[in-house]
Parts: sequence; structure tokens; C-alpha cells
Amino acid sequence: MDLLSSIKDHHSERRLFISRVVLTSVSGILLLGIVIARLVQLQVFDHETFAEQSQGNRVRIQPVPPIRGLIFDRKGRVLAENLPAYQLELIPEQVDDIDDTLLRLAALKLIDASEIDHINELIDSSPRFKPVTLKLRLTDEEIANFAIQRPRFPGVDFQPRLVRHYPHGFAVAHAVGYVGALSKNDLTRLTPSNYAGTAHTGKTGVESSFESELLGNVGYQHVVSNALGRQIPTNSRDLSDALPDNQSPAPGANIHLSLDLDLQLLASRALEGRRGAIVALDPRSGEILAMVSAPSFDPNLFAVGMSSSQFEGLQDNLERPLFNRAVRGAYPPGSTIKPMLALAALETGATNLARKSVCRGFFTLPNTTHRYRDWKPEGHGEVNLHDAIQQSCDVYFYEISVDIGIDRMHYYLDQFGLGSKTSVDIGGEHSGLVPSREWKREAFRDPADQRWFHGETVIASIGQGYMLATPLQLASAAGAVATRGKRFEPHLVAAVEDALTGERTLISPRRVDDVRIDNQDHWDAVIGGMHDVMQSVRGTAWAAGSNAKYQMAGKSGTAQVFSVAQEEEYDEELIEERLRDHALFISFAPLDDPQIAVAVVVENGSSGSRVAAPIARAIMDEYLGYGGNADK
Amino acid sequence: MRTNDAQRLTTGKAAPLGDFARLMRRLNIDGPLLGGILLICAFGLVVLYSAVGESMSQWLSQINRLGVALVAMFVVAQMPPDFLRRWTPWAYLGGLVLLILVLTTGEVGQGARRWLDLGIRFQPSEVMKLAVPMMLAWYLHDRTIPPRAAELLVLAVMIAVPTVLIARQPDLGTALLIAASGVIVIILAGLPIRLMVGLAVAAVPGALLLWNYMQDYQKQRVLTLIDPDSDPLGAGYNIIQSKIAIGSGGLFGKGWTNGSQAHLEYLPERDTDFIFAVMGEELGLLGVLSLIALYVFVIGRGLYIAMQAPDTYSRLLAGSISLTFFVYVFVNTAMVTGLIPVVGVPLPLVSFGGTSMVTLMAGFGILMSIQSHRKLLPR
Repeated sequence: MDLLSSIKDHHSERRLFISRVVLTSVSGILLLGIVIARLVQLQVFDHETFAEQSQGNRVRIQPVPPIRGLIFDRKGRVLAENLPAYQLELIPEQVDDIDDTLLRLAALKLIDASEIDHINELIDSSPRFKPVTLKLRLTDEEIANFAIQRPRFPGVDFQPRLVRHYPHGFAVAHAVGYVGALSKNDLTRLTPSNYAGTAHTGKTGVESSFESELLGNVGYQHVVSNALGRQIPTNSRDLSDALPDNQSPAPGANIHLSLDLDLQLLASRALEGRRGAIVALDPRSGEILAMVSAPSFDPNLFAVGMSSSQFEGLQDNLERPLFNRAVRGAYPPGSTIKPMLALAALETGATNLARKSVCRGFFTLPNTTHRYRDWKPEGHGEVNLHDAIQQSCDVYFYEISVDIGIDRMHYYLDQFGLGSKTSVDIGGEHSGLVPSREWKREAFRDPADQRWFHGETVIASIGQGYMLATPLQLASAAGAVATRGKRFEPHLVAAVEDALTGERTLISPRRVDDVRIDNQDHWDAVIGGMHDVMQSVRGTAWAAGSNAKYQMAGKSGTAQVFSVAQEEEYDEELIEERLRDHALFISFAPLDDPQIAVAVVVENGSSGSRVAAPIARAIMDEYLGYGGNADK
Repeated sequence: MRTNDAQRLTTGKAAPLGDFARLMRRLNIDGPLLGGILLICAFGLVVLYSAVGESMSQWLSQINRLGVALVAMFVVAQMPPDFLRRWTPWAYLGGLVLLILVLTTGEVGQGARRWLDLGIRFQPSEVMKLAVPMMLAWYLHDRTIPPRAAELLVLAVMIAVPTVLIARQPDLGTALLIAASGVIVIILAGLPIRLMVGLAVAAVPGALLLWNYMQDYQKQRVLTLIDPDSDPLGAGYNIIQSKIAIGSGGLFGKGWTNGSQAHLEYLPERDTDFIFAVMGEELGLLGVLSLIALYVFVIGRGLYIAMQAPDTYSRLLAGSISLTFFVYVFVNTAMVTGLIPVVGVPLPLVSFGGTSMVTLMAGFGILMSIQSHRKLLPR
């Protein structure tokens, strides 16, 4: 019985067990069915969505920056190029002890010990496989030094990159300009997509005004990257099959300037240790041959990147080296405007070729006692228009100024381009100022100040008072005298060259309104006077113009920075350097076929004829092929 | 006349068996089960080779572990079920002692105390994966089934003690799997359906209670399952990337070793818990269905052995081992496909790693022992 029940139990237990196995199996199959349904959903129905997400996961578009165009002078000499520079980099994941490595690098003076904290911050904030730049530009010595030590620094290495380089930086800094690190400000001004992968942009000069030509077009490539952003070589495995096409970058155009490097170097040497500017241009086309502002600076500092103290040093320098005096500096033109005024006087009948005045060293307006003094206290004696230009007699011009009147003065000077921007092809130009009654009414608020006084006309006739001109305007005006009224827009860029095809697009000279003076006798008289300034014994710049093998014309100017009180003796020695007169000179040559017009401004140079004129002469000599090699 | 020859004559299917089958029988190895297991392992090794980034050294170390595990299986297969049954209480009690030792003196790894170093370094929770169903089967072996209420209470305590100890490590995944292996024994032993439904209803407040007991990271996993996009770079990242991997594989997959999700490190834990996603990406739906079919075959063979088993102990134990294996497969695949929260359960026989492999194979060894010693036992 026991046995029987036991057997029965065994049977029923087995049946119960089997029924439970069936129950659990069915549940299991149902559960597996859910998983399989899920797999079908993911892999069949939603496959396309996930395939796209997978593609989007790994494929990134990486910009390939274009190579910036080069800048050449008129003879094909490089003024701006791209050179490989070496920067020191550290790849965190390859360095065992970063702190120790940085300390040892600092001990080798490859990095600054004070920068270690900053570098550590950079390391902490970027992926461990990404190189961190320790130093932007290594000198040859540092490279050599590090190369020996390299085995001691696993994970640290130097890497080449292209850096804008200006081989004659100081001499061409203001005309060519410089590139600097892209700022947020730049990106609001420029099209950010064009600058993907580019770290620099033109900031001043031609680098800035021809930025769009120089930049080129950014290219892009598709890269496969892993979850951490590490780029995977596309040929390493079959992950790149479906990548879209890449686009190569288009290099920027090369820019050919009209600048002549020899002139540029000469001019910059001539202004060494001084403040001032020189502009030389071809009056037949407006091509600028030289544009120098002094003191200058090294534009390579901006391209490479400099410390903030270096930048502040440039920015806060009292000499203002970053300031382009050639186009932004507005100076009282002084006597340099006398040739133009002489033409205005002849045209308006305020004087004629025969008229003579007697200069006793001062001039007074009718019914007044104020003495307008001549630069020569004893006076020039009897002078005609020719003599007045040659000897720069102020009294003659004081006399005729009242007859011309300020508005007609403005009318003629305006035709020479004074008082308005020249539209030169670099930015930041100052418009200068040629006053008129209308100008004064608008410029001043107080009605008492809005009235124009005769005395103001008198001092305007020697380029003082309100009158201001930039060195570029003066050179352009001198050019207009040289061509007897034919005027061209001054410009630096002569041609834009496609870097791939070499095809050049010439920038043709742009004529602007002629000076409306047709009487050749008048031109002859004025140009003759200017010739005698330099090449006759009585000329103010005889010392600078004598012994030349060609004929030239010029006019000196000495502009007062502060006014000398009535009856007071003028003692140069006692006046602080900064308060000395500005020295100016305009000139052109050769007389019969003018090829070059020059304006020289030397701040606080005291005397236009003694300081500025020899510089102008040297530049003309050099350009016309009479330059002595001893100068070089 | 030798026994084999006699059998050959009486069964009448002697001729096709041949020497190999005889050898298997003599070594107490179940051919179909071994075949299924080896196919899964081979499949797994192919996938693993890709998942470990074609690292030969890691791949060989997995083969090495597999070898050790197969030896363990073979050794266990030689132990007759009666022998196992006699030693069951000692194994269970020993396991409990080890679990207590782990909690007091164990080594800490990844924020949890799971390892014990007794000459060899191992996780005592692995012992319990087999000891718990063995203990329950042992307890029910001499009793009539279905169990009565008082017996159910004892069984519940037998499950609860190791489960709580393991959950304290904390290792919630393993704790739940061990509890499941015990619960499966009770279900197979004929737990009344009404009680099962009642327990399922009671599970709701139980789940709420569990929620309070869970660590923050565990709560996060549950929340992430409900809405993975709420934290795409944090806790939801695994699930999102895993779904992208599987979904982008499509029907036929991207090709072996060509899975971009896996090889470009988008997919975390690709060689362990998420290896199923690698398979889905590289071999497609057809690949994963093939693997699932192999699993179903092995589980089915296990349940067949259980149904053939001569006594309660063998039956319950074989059934629990087979169904627990199913639970592993289900939990891992459901987790990788984003159906259930991420719990650290590897894909059995495929994921990289050694500890659980030995336990699994030992379990299959028990199945083989039950199958091969069957006829030697008296009815």
C-alpha cells in the first residue's frame, strides 16, 4: 500500500512537474517573442532611422583651411608669405607625469614657469588625445635644444604650422598691414563659415582691405571619428564606404602691390628714429610706390601671437607705432600748399605773373595792428609769384589770400584732393580739412565761433589754422601739380593673381576729376617756381636739390605746432622736441616727364627744407636710377 | 559480453552510434547538450573577437576560460545526482558563510564588495547561483509536492537569506537572478496558480518597497528605461547607443568587425553586457535570431532532461538550471534592446569574463549528470 501510494505520488508529481514545464515554457516563448518582436522593430522597421543615427554618430565634417595668398612688391619680391613655424605640443594621454614634464620643460626654459597653471587648465579641459599647445613659436635654438632632450619627454613634440611671415616687416608694416588672431568681433563682421579652420584674419592695411581675395575658399573633408572625437584614419577599416565627397580648399589670390621695396626700405631708413611719414606715388597712374610711417613695428608679432604685455607695449607707446601716419596722420600742410594757392590766385585774378610785392617780414590787414610774420624776419624784399614760391615768401601769400578769399581757396584746394579722402585701397584714412565759411558754420555750435575772420584766411594761405592734410593727400596733390591737373586715385594694389592659374587681373588706374586749370602759363609759372625751390641758389631747398643729374620740383613746408606769441623771439633750442615745427616737403621729378611725386612729413622735424627735402631727394634719386649704392 | 554490447542489442539502434557516442556515454556527457553549448560558444567567440577590437590576447584568454569552464562541466558531470544531493546542504551553508565573509572582509571592486580571496579569487555569489536551486530541490525531494504553506515559508527563507546578503554587496542583478532560480524551483514544484497570481498582485507594493531600497544609480537605470532621451549623455547613453547599434545593423548587419558603433567606442561595455548589440550591428537580425535559436535548443534540451529525470531532486534542479539560463538570456537581450532597465547581466557563454562562465558550465554538468546517471538509478 505504501509502495502503491508512493508510485502514484511519483506519477502525479511527474505529471505536475511536466505541466509546470509546459507552463513555464509557454511563458518563456512569449517573453522571447517580445524580444524578437523588438529586434524586428529595431532592425527592420526602424532600421533606416538608426542607420542614419549611426552615420551621424561617426561622420563629422572637418574644414580644411585655404592657404592665404601672398603679397608681392612691384618687382615680384615677397612682402607677405606663409612659413612653417614650429610649435611645442603635449599630448596628455602619452605623458605619464604631466606636472613633472612641465616642470622639466620650464627648467629648460622652453615654457614659462608662470604658465604652468594655465597649461594645466588647458590639459584638463580638452580630450586626452588632443595636443595642447605649450608654446606657439620655437626659435631655431629652442628646436635644437629640445631635439636633444626629446627622448626625455615622451608625448611632447614640436609640430609645424603655417604662419604669416613678413620678411621686411618693419619697412612695410603699415601699407601691407598684418594678420592677427580672429576675434569675436571679426566674426560678426566676416562670414564665419569662410573662416572654419582659419585662426587669423587681416587686421590692417592691404591684408585687411583685400581680405576676401587673400583668404581663398575653405574646403572640407568628411572624417570618421569615434565617440571621444578621436579621428580614425579612413583607410584603416571599411567604415568610410559611404562618405560623401570632400572639397579641396581654393587658395587665396596673390596680391601684387605697386610698392617698390627698395624705396620702401630707403624711406623707412630715412625716418629711423623719427616720427613721420613718406608717401611716393606715380602721378601718371596713382600707383603708390612707397608708403612708410614711422616709428614702425614688427607685424610678425601679430601673426605669431604675442604676450599681452608686448601688445600693451605697442598700444600704449607714446610714439604710436601702430598708427599709420601716411593715411591717418592729419598735419597742418604749411607752405606745401603754396603752389596750389598760387594757381588759385592766378586763376581768380588775385594776382598775375607780373605783380610784385615788397616783403618787409610781416603783413597786417587793413585797419589792424596784428602782424602776420614771415618766416624770414628781415623779409624777402621785392618778390613776384615765382620768387614767392621759390623762397616761400609768406607775406606775398598773405596779401593775395584776402583777394582770393577762403571759399575760392577751398574751391581750388579741393580740386587737388585736399580736404577729402583719396579713396586709397586701405582703410582708416583721414579726410584732412580745408576750411570754408560753410564748414565753419557747421563745425561750430556757438554763433560767435561760426563767423569767418579775415585773419583766418591769412593764416590758411600758409597752410596753418584749421587746415589739415595727410601725407598721402600731399603726395597726391603734388602729383596733380606734376601732371598739370590730371589726377588718379592713389592705390597700393596693382594686380590680383589667381594662385592656381597664375592669371592676373590688373587694377587699372582710376581717373578722378581733373583740376580745372587750363592756362598752361599758370602751370609753367608755378612748376618753374617749384623747380627753383630745389635747383636754384635762392631756393629754400637748394641744398637738397643741387647737383642732381635730372630736373625736379618741390616745395617745403614748416608747420607750426604751437603759435609763437607776438614780438617773441623764436628759439628752437629751448623748445621741447615735441613742440618743434613739423617739417614737410612735397616734390616731383623729372620735370619734363614726371614719374614720381613724393610727400615727406617729419613730425617736429623743425625745417621742411633742411630735414624733409633731402629725404624726398633721396627717394627720387633711388626711383629714377640715380641712387648711390653707398646709401644702401 | 560487455554492458554496452548488451544495450546495443536490446535497443536495436547500436550500429549508427559508433565509438564516439559510446565514449560520450561513458564520460557521462550528453551529446546534444554539449553540441548546442559548443555552437553557442563558437558563435560567441566569433562575435567576441570583433567586440574586443580584434585583440588576440583577450580573445585567447576567453578561450582559456572556456576551456577551464568545460573542464568544470566535465568534472561535475561525473558526480551522480545522489552524491550532489547529499552534499547540497553543506554547499548551501558553506555558500552562506562565504557570503558573510565577503560582506565583512571581501575585496572592494567598482564600489561593491563581491570578491573573496581564498587562495583563488572568486565571487561566492556564483556558488549560490547553483546552491540555492540545489537546496530548494533537496528540501522538496523527500516531501510531497506541491509544497504546503509551512514548507513554502521555509523555501522563502532559503531564498531570501542569500538574496539579501548578495543585494547588500550590493549586486542587485545577481541577487535577483538567484532569487529567480529559487522561485523557479517553487513554480516547478507546483506552486498553486492562485498563489502565483496573488504574489504577482502583491509584487506591486513589493516593487514600491524595493524602490525605496534601491541605490540612486539603480533608480536612475529604471528611470532611464522609461525615457532614455532624458539623459542622452548620462545614464541613457548606453541604451540609446545600443539601440542605434542594433537598429543600424538591419537584416544582414554591417559585416563582421565592421560595426562602427562598436569599433568607434560609441557602444559602452561592448565586450561584456552589451555584446548582443555588437552582434545585432555586425550580423543583423539573422545573426541574432540564429543565436536565439541555439539558446532555445539548449534550454529545450535542458527541460527535456528535467522531464526525463527520475526523482524530484533531479527534476527540479534540472528544470531550474535550464529556466534560469533562459532568464539570463531574456534579461540580457531585453536589457540591450531597451525593454527592461540596465541590470548587469552578461549574455551567457558569449560575454567576455570568466566567473559566471564556470558556474554556467557547472550547471550544464549537473544536467549531464542527471541525464547520464538516469538509467543507473532504481525506479
